[in-house]
Amino acid sequence: MDIEVKMTVNGKAVSGKVEARTLLVQFIREHLRMTGTHVGCDTTQCGCCVVHVDGVAMKSCTMLAVQAEGKAITTIEGLAGPDGELHPMQQAFRDHHGLQCGFCTPGMVMMGVDIANRLPGADEKTVRHQLEGNICRCTGYQGIVEAIMDASAVMNAARS
Amino acid sequence: MGEFAIGQPVTRFEDPRLLRGGGRYVDDLAIPGMLFGQVLRSPHAHAKIKSIDISRAKAAPGVAAVLVNEDWATSGFGDLPRAEGKKKRDGSPMYRPHFPALAKDKVRYVGDPVAFVVAETVEQAQDAAELIDVDYEILPCVTSVALGSEPGAPLVWDDCENNICFVHLEGNKEKTEEAFAKADHIIKKRFVITRVTAATMETRGSIGHYDKAADRYTIYTTLQRALNFREELAETLNIPESRLRVVAGDIGGSFGMKSGVFNEVGLVLLGSKVTGRPVKWVCTRSESFIADAHGRDNVSDAEMALDKNGMFMGLRVRNLVNMGAYTQPGTDAGAFSNLGTLAGVYLTPAIHVDVTAVYTNTNIMRPFRGNGRPEAAFVIERLVDLAADELGIDPAEIRRRNMIPPEKMPFQTGLSFNLDCGEFEQVLDQSLEMVDYKGFEARRAEARKRGKLRGIGMSYTIEKAAAPGYEGAEVRFDRTGSVTVLTGAVTQGQGHETVFKQIVSDTLGIHPDEIHYLQGDTDQVFFGEGTGGSRTAALGGSAVTVATGKVVDKAKKIAAHMMGVDEVDFAEGVFTARETNRTLSMKEVARAAMSPKNIPQGMELGLNATAAYHTTKQNYPNGCHIVELEIDEDTGQVEMDRYVVVDDVGTVLNPLLLKGQIIGGISQGVGQMLMEHIRFDPQDGQNLTGSFMDYAMPHAEIFPHIDIKSHSVPTKTNILGVKGAGEAGCVGALPAVANALVDALSHLGVKHVEMPATPERVWRIMQEAKAGRA
Repeated sequence: MDIEVKMTVNGKAVSGKVEARTLLVQFIREHLRMTGTHVGCDTTQCGCCVVHVDGVAMKSCTMLAVQAEGKAITTIEGLAGPDGELHPMQQAFRDHHGLQCGFCTPGMVMMGVDIANRLPGADEKTVRHQLEGNICRCTGYQGIVEAIMDASAVMNAARS
Repeated sequence: MGEFAIGQPVTRFEDPRLLRGGGRYVDDLAIPGMLFGQVLRSPHAHAKIKSIDISRAKAAPGVAAVLVNEDWATSGFGDLPRAEGKKKRDGSPMYRPHFPALAKDKVRYVGDPVAFVVAETVEQAQDAAELIDVDYEILPCVTSVALGSEPGAPLVWDDCENNICFVHLEGNKEKTEEAFAKADHIIKKRFVITRVTAATMETRGSIGHYDKAADRYTIYTTLQRALNFREELAETLNIPESRLRVVAGDIGGSFGMKSGVFNEVGLVLLGSKVTGRPVKWVCTRSESFIADAHGRDNVSDAEMALDKNGMFMGLRVRNLVNMGAYTQPGTDAGAFSNLGTLAGVYLTPAIHVDVTAVYTNTNIMRPFRGNGRPEAAFVIERLVDLAADELGIDPAEIRRRNMIPPEKMPFQTGLSFNLDCGEFEQVLDQSLEMVDYKGFEARRAEARKRGKLRGIGMSYTIEKAAAPGYEGAEVRFDRTGSVTVLTGAVTQGQGHETVFKQIVSDTLGIHPDEIHYLQGDTDQVFFGEGTGGSRTAALGGSAVTVATGKVVDKAKKIAAHMMGVDEVDFAEGVFTARETNRTLSMKEVARAAMSPKNIPQGMELGLNATAAYHTTKQNYPNGCHIVELEIDEDTGQVEMDRYVVVDDVGTVLNPLLLKGQIIGGISQGVGQMLMEHIRFDPQDGQNLTGSFMDYAMPHAEIFPHIDIKSHSVPTKTNILGVKGAGEAGCVGALPAVANALVDALSHLGVKHVEMPATPERVWRIMQEAKAGRA
């Protein structure tokens, strides 16, 4: 029954034996014991589980571990710099009080990076619309939206 | 201490950990040998359990135990905590049903736990639960609070007449009736406050661990008040509290919901006792809709008496409040403990409230952000707008006319609130200016040209925070002179760590990097209650302040002794001898205090200090919300365009965090007013809103930028002068948004919009109003 999967997570080659039904998020949380990626629903609504698969934001609860075979995964644990310095998106979430309980935060941050990558310089309305797949119950989103816009500018400046 | 001082917008100390994925929520915890539990829940709202056959489940792969009511009954564990203290109308005690963790003989709501399967994996437990055969005889049910107490309604509990749990009366009935007899105008309205759910992003979860060798229980769980939780749970387990350890890690939001000792807490502990291994249960999202406690759900028949000048003479309110199928301590509080908000910020001399709490075949209830305050605020602030409309007075003007002026403080309202301070008119004026109230009609006309119906609505609400109670704090120095601070409070996202570190840093002059904050472990925290009811800044903050004050007092004596002087001054973490230029830092004194040679004779070693702070007086945060929104005439879609708030939460400890609390609260109030709603099928009692696909959660897109300003009027009811901030945003939002909706539709003759104002509902209201006019 068990299937061998191999992928790269945060730059490290990993492998494991999973059931066919094992979700990518289960593989990350339960097999690799990296618990920064969260599960907040069972209907692909909340976005707490967003990771990057080959550089693109994906809900890891809606993807089987076997579908990630050979892919490069980045989780919240892999976002900070090698020296431990917070990624500009993480820093902006802190600066703008974009998190309270912290549960939706890993997914929000990963989604924020994705928005900044795809739509540099997006305005407030666009950022709010782009967050339709992520739910936060604590903040009312204002700090999150400000953080994404701020970090997006920093990331943009670093690119140019 | 400089940038970290009280009042500074300090970014949170908990953030780097949480932002790196380093949170420790209950589902992140794995204990070697751990098993997994699955609850089999009732699929019926009301049914007799004729038989349960667990034989197939017991034989399923990986199953370690299958528990039913009999196992609970013979375990030595008693009822889950039960509410008490209230009375029925005839003076007899409230109806308090027994509350085993697994249903006995009958199930009483869809989701009522019937059996608990423990297995090696979650999947095995889920699969095995499906193999349990329960034979039910379905009974008639009632889910609506309005119908629950009608004669002939199905009885949730056979011996509870008319499903009435208790009644609560408040205010002065005679005086109120006199006021109504003399009134020039009487405004009457029935308000339905819908049922909603907290929908915390982290669902509930628990790991139970019974250590047989030590005969001691540990529960890792999601909660708000660890020490209160231990007291209640120890009683259920029939053990002294010393044999129970309660541990909360990071809590992913609660808003009141996680405050109870839920069935599953008992079940993982019983599962662990039976199997000898730790047992974990984590709620799935869809399960949470039928397993969590819900909030609000009441019907208010309200009347206001006014004189010809629009002065409020009296207020009369009758509430029916849904209790769900079972009651616990705190599940009933929303029915009575915050009725004071009904009096508002007004001079209204005569008020009477009559509350009937009703059992129904629905989930249990719990406080949800505001816990009776938003409900009461909605009633009074909608009534005020209805009165303004009836008398042809501007909504801001009618409020101004009736407001309690600062010179009348302290002011005993017609209900329980005895207000100590507040500058309501100033707050109102600032809000009107922020929103550009005068310019509104021009904006309305401009919107009309775009096919949008623009409305403006305001609320001025007041609530109580930090109800009389206590909190503990401890400051522990280690041998390097760095500090661990403990309190009884348990953050669920509010940022306690940051605020407490600010206070410690400010009062002791120690850098926050050298302060560790610890909470939520009953083996560590010596005293306190926990977090809830917007109490922690006032009570926890004061407790920390008292504890650090004790440290400073003792450290001054040691410093003087060490420097050979009579007295020293202390500022910014440095002790200075008055007669010489010698100085010592707090860290140096703390290290020195560990050695007998450095301290005066007879003094205890060390600089550790504890404080048990209590208050007998609550505080009264208040504020004004003004909303401008537009309704699409073709679709009924509502879009908020402006949202301003001026809030008085007394002394502001951290403006960044305060803003977060207010906006977060607003988002939950807006959610209830515009989209959220737990709905049951009235016939079979099924929850029709059992997932995030059915229950509408507010998203980023629905909110405008919210502008917030503080108007601080410090209270003298606690050391810091703070008023609670956790619930204020939610309290003001419901009525403000409702008033704006009605204003947008008022030209059609619309007087009220029920919640939630979904596009469909708003569209129908517009069509009906137009048809009625034609």
